[in-house]
Amino acid sequence: MKEPTLLYLDGVTVSFDGFKALDDLSLVLEPGEMRAVIGPNGAGKTTMMDVITGKTRPDEGHVVFGADIDLRKLDEPAIARLGIGRKFQRPTVFEPLSVRDNLLLALAGDRSPRFALAARETARERMRIDELLATIRLSDERDRRAADLSHGQKQWLEIGMLLAQDPKLLLVDEPVAGMTDAETAATAELLREINRSRSVVVVEHDMAFVRALGVKVTVLHEGRVLAEGSIDTIQNNARVIEVYLGR
Amino acid sequence: MRADHASAVTLGCVLGGALLLAALNLLVPTASAFHVPNFVVSVAGKYLCYAILALAIDLVWGYVGILTLGHAAFFALGGYAMGMYLMREIGARGVYANPILPDFMVFIGWNKLPWYWYGFDHFWFALLMVALVPGVLAFVFGWFAFRSRVSGVYLSIITQALTYALMLAFFRNDMGFGGNNGMTDFKDILGFPLDAETTSVGLMLATAAVLSLAYLLARAMTRSRFGKVLVAVRDAESRTRFLGYRPESYKLFVWTVSAVIAGIGGALYVPQVGIINPSEFAPGNSIEAVIWVAVGGRGTLSGAILGAVLVNLGKTWLTSALPEVWLFAIGGLFILVTLLLPRGLIGLFAGRGPMAAAERDRRSAAAEAAMREVAQ
Repeated sequence: MKEPTLLYLDGVTVSFDGFKALDDLSLVLEPGEMRAVIGPNGAGKTTMMDVITGKTRPDEGHVVFGADIDLRKLDEPAIARLGIGRKFQRPTVFEPLSVRDNLLLALAGDRSPRFALAARETARERMRIDELLATIRLSDERDRRAADLSHGQKQWLEIGMLLAQDPKLLLVDEPVAGMTDAETAATAELLREINRSRSVVVVEHDMAFVRALGVKVTVLHEGRVLAEGSIDTIQNNARVIEVYLGR
Repeated sequence: MRADHASAVTLGCVLGGALLLAALNLLVPTASAFHVPNFVVSVAGKYLCYAILALAIDLVWGYVGILTLGHAAFFALGGYAMGMYLMREIGARGVYANPILPDFMVFIGWNKLPWYWYGFDHFWFALLMVALVPGVLAFVFGWFAFRSRVSGVYLSIITQALTYALMLAFFRNDMGFGGNNGMTDFKDILGFPLDAETTSVGLMLATAAVLSLAYLLARAMTRSRFGKVLVAVRDAESRTRFLGYRPESYKLFVWTVSAVIAGIGGALYVPQVGIINPSEFAPGNSIEAVIWVAVGGRGTLSGAILGAVLVNLGKTWLTSALPEVWLFAIGGLFILVTLLLPRGLIGLFAGRGPMAAAERDRRSAAAEAAMREVAQ
């Protein structure tokens, strides 16, 4: 029997005051897949993330996670608890808290105030945090305030927080914006590492980075899928060149 | 380490100061230069009540970023609950000598005690209401406000509207809370005459004890994982949501606890000042209380206590020396503190070292944002 798709968007339409941010968008993501999504500004990349994570409700269409979970009916915390993690375009971490406290709050577990009031850090949590710190290369910074990290380190911390949630699917919005070349290469490496156990959707402008990821690419344009395929097919696609690459 | 040091100093000042005042009042002969007169004891008791209110405000404003401009409403509701008990304690000793009805009800021609006054002849029942009335109101208000994701300036405005609406309601005679005049002429509390100096010393010490307990509770809450989530919600609410937290339930919990603390402060306030009337709901009171917190240092708990006591010391002095200057003084103070001491007076003690410098930058940005919110 074929494993069900992980994420299935069909005919999704979102309009804001008559402007169609998403127009009959369809997209299928297999379990374990990493997908890069590219497109010019206003193509609907962020709106697509908003729809998947429950921030925006689509006017039309289906959004299904796993076999049969209708994401249109759930709000952000409920979707996050299902196992969909989201990284914002601008790094968003809890600045006054230490690096390890940022990870602690993100660790999968009970999210209720009652639990948080009485929670004591367990040995298991400590171990998980140490593992995560190693993965995101921030072991030496564990006790620093997140506000004092460099831009690139904050991006990694946020990715670490997503991993701490133990998600099945990670949505990553422009992870290398503002990063140095070395940081960009390290981030590509980090995402490939993450993809070994989870599915990932990466929205990115940086074509060199997308090439470094070496995965299937979806090109969005005016709220629709313009083309889909390997990076080489995409870069030779006449319509893609016309609306995006050529400019 | 530093935080533990701060709480030891805070508790030492509150409890030590209160005990010292009590001893100098009761044990030192009136003729001595070290004798503390009765009015100083009751003024100190009043300041401690204000400090409880400030602590409640700091819990929601400092830690989860809810700039409340209506917290005096919860304080006043707690005060009214206590006032109702004190009114019924008067019994037949009122001007009209009615054993059941308070004077103001006889005066407006009522002949039956309204149902919502039942039970207030019992002290325990009044205590329950002191916590329950502000708590339930805050819960219902917060449930609607936080669930519909009202925040920032809009939330501040509706907290202000809440206290204003309550003020108008309590002004009405037919509400049955004494209207314009409120409640006064209290005789005793639990059988202790309110005009005795031992009673005022006892109330002042009780207030210091309650303030210390409230401080310890607030400190435990803010230092737990719960407190870390509060700070996370304050600084990056949508991030917490995408991590699976429901910020509204965290806000609702701390908001309700804060309202109950404020109500208890009000209940201790009324027997010490001897009156409660609708002017306690005046919007200006809530704003002034926010300024105490800003002056002392937002998000530090100890700063709220310090600010409440110092600003009120200044107010007591200034309103007798130069009464017309007070409003300008508090407005100016707020501007000065925001510009020059964004971490409040507490920041002067804690603000050394490289960590503090980074913190200062961040705080000043936060304080500017807060000032813009208030200014609007």
